Amino acid sequence: MVNGISLGSVYALIALGYTMVYGIVKLINFAHGDVLMIGAVAGFFTMSAMGDATPVTLFGAFLVSMLVCAVFGILIEKICYKPLRNAPKINALITAIGVSILLENGAVVLPFIGPQPKAFPTMTDKSHTFLGLTISNVQIIEFAVSIILMIVLTVIINYTKMGKAMRAVSHDTKAALLMGINVNRVISFTFALGAALAAAAGILFSSAYPQVEPYMGIMPGLKAFVAAVLGGIGSVPGAVLGGFVIGIAETLTKGFISSTLADAIVFGILIVILVVKPSGILGKNIREKV
Amino acid sequence: MGLLKGKIFNASILLIVSFIIFAVLLGLIYTGVINEYYALILTLAGINTIVALGLNLITGFTGQLVLGQAGFMMVGAYTTGIILIRFDVPIFAAIIAGGIVAGIFGLFIGIPTLRLRGDYLAITTLGFGEILRVIINNLDNLTGGASGLKGIPTFTDDYLMKPVYSFIWVFWFCVLAILIVGNLIRSSHGRAIISIREDEIAANSMGINVSFYKMFAFIMSAFLAGVGGGLYALLQQYLDPKSTGFLSSVFFVVYVVFGGLGSITGTVVSTVVLTYMQEVLRFLGSYRLVFFGLLLIVMMIFWPKGLFGTKELSIVKPIRKFLAKVFKLKGFEEDSGPVSKSSVQSGVK
Repeated sequence: MVNGISLGSVYALIALGYTMVYGIVKLINFAHGDVLMIGAVAGFFTMSAMGDATPVTLFGAFLVSMLVCAVFGILIEKICYKPLRNAPKINALITAIGVSILLENGAVVLPFIGPQPKAFPTMTDKSHTFLGLTISNVQIIEFAVSIILMIVLTVIINYTKMGKAMRAVSHDTKAALLMGINVNRVISFTFALGAALAAAAGILFSSAYPQVEPYMGIMPGLKAFVAAVLGGIGSVPGAVLGGFVIGIAETLTKGFISSTLADAIVFGILIVILVVKPSGILGKNIREKV
Repeated sequence: MGLLKGKIFNASILLIVSFIIFAVLLGLIYTGVINEYYALILTLAGINTIVALGLNLITGFTGQLVLGQAGFMMVGAYTTGIILIRFDVPIFAAIIAGGIVAGIFGLFIGIPTLRLRGDYLAITTLGFGEILRVIINNLDNLTGGASGLKGIPTFTDDYLMKPVYSFIWVFWFCVLAILIVGNLIRSSHGRAIISIREDEIAANSMGINVSFYKMFAFIMSAFLAGVGGGLYALLQQYLDPKSTGFLSSVFFVVYVVFGGLGSITGTVVSTVVLTYMQEVLRFLGSYRLVFFGLLLIVMMIFWPKGLFGTKELSIVKPIRKFLAKVFKLKGFEEDSGPVSKSSVQSGVK
């Protein structure tokens, strides 16, 4: 259960990126999982450059990799998605897949990353017993960091000018444009925000399974997408809720049924949601208009 | 004249042309001018063409992105393989059975996802490929588990003749697939399918049963993938659960996008060319995939229509023109039948 919650908080962070991007440009960003990988790699290099794994270096790693990924997010958006904003949706989706393949295999090809998994430096494992539950310090960090980032995100979305603009664009892009909102800036900002969250999730994920490799982003990316759909895609609290549910479901399956079936269960959940309530738990039912 | 202008004439031109190409290629393989390795690539290209045609039907013509085509292909492949290992049935029946089982899988995935608008189909089919791998890995005594399914019989017992026989089977299945998809697209059902791609809401208000046609195209596409998979099982004689994954499906998306979403000839040309390139570029290792990723992005941004766009190359038209000139027949060069286009496939091979 504790494992599930900490894993779930990582999924929630990734799902937030999916949901925000979808809410604003109506695009499933297939490359989101690979941004996570880039974040983990950036974190890995920062940590190795700064020496031992201590809270300070971990903080430095978060800072560096979130910045790197935010820049990456903006670049991906500007180069690959912006020219296609008015094209049919399927073209943008295919481009997103292209970006994903490019990032993965670019990482394989680059000599300083390479196909071999690298051990991610972690802090010495200490377990704390707490009301009868055993929690490792990595899990505490995971949980705390995610909660802090979620609070920061909520503040940004609800109480800043940019957040207001984001909500406006996701509500109605054309009307927002008419109201004098710089839609391009808002979209870039959203991508940067999503990518930064993915980077944080990448570091957390690779601290929990201490290794870094080019294809590490695919599975957490997909599961986080399921989480986003479960919570209602486009809804921020939904993504958080969905992330926790998926994380807990996966850990329980691994613990009590079979570890190989865990992935199948997650996608099974996706199919069940699509049958029962396609708009997700907290999603709004939107009628399509001509 | 009446007979000569009609569909029968077009169909017979097609048959004759594909028969000539078939005879030439077969002769080249038989005499060893095309060696075994290239014959294998050619056969593989034929199989990929069948699967990619299925994908084009749902993605190119219906406008629904599917990312699990390799999954359906492997369903067909495993079905055919298992049937042939366990029972004594004709090869043809086993291949068709592979297609039908893949179609049934398509039905089950289509029911929840296709009635929704949006991009859910892409993700669900992607997830399907992943689940399938888990399932195949766990059904040890049926599918051979993680070590793969071994000992599938091939098209013939004579080892030396295998390239020739597999080429014959795959070639005619490929022609059949092209004919089926080509005729389907030109029928009223095909028009309905294309109208969904152009505008779903408008199609719906015109009285087209959108979810039925989406379902129909999707099942048809899964069926073709399954048939391709059945041929693949017979050609390779060994199946690996890894090949159900995301990456193999993406290759089919690349074929279809490169050839042009909504062009049968485009799919055929690009599949053959890219299958060949994939083999030739093997020495590049991982750079090959970097190249394919870049290709997708660049194509979508600068050349979203692909090689052919939605156009088709016709082989019947030039022949008609030629005959009209030789025999001085009036009005003969007009292309009147529905079967006419889409046979350039073989021309490229």
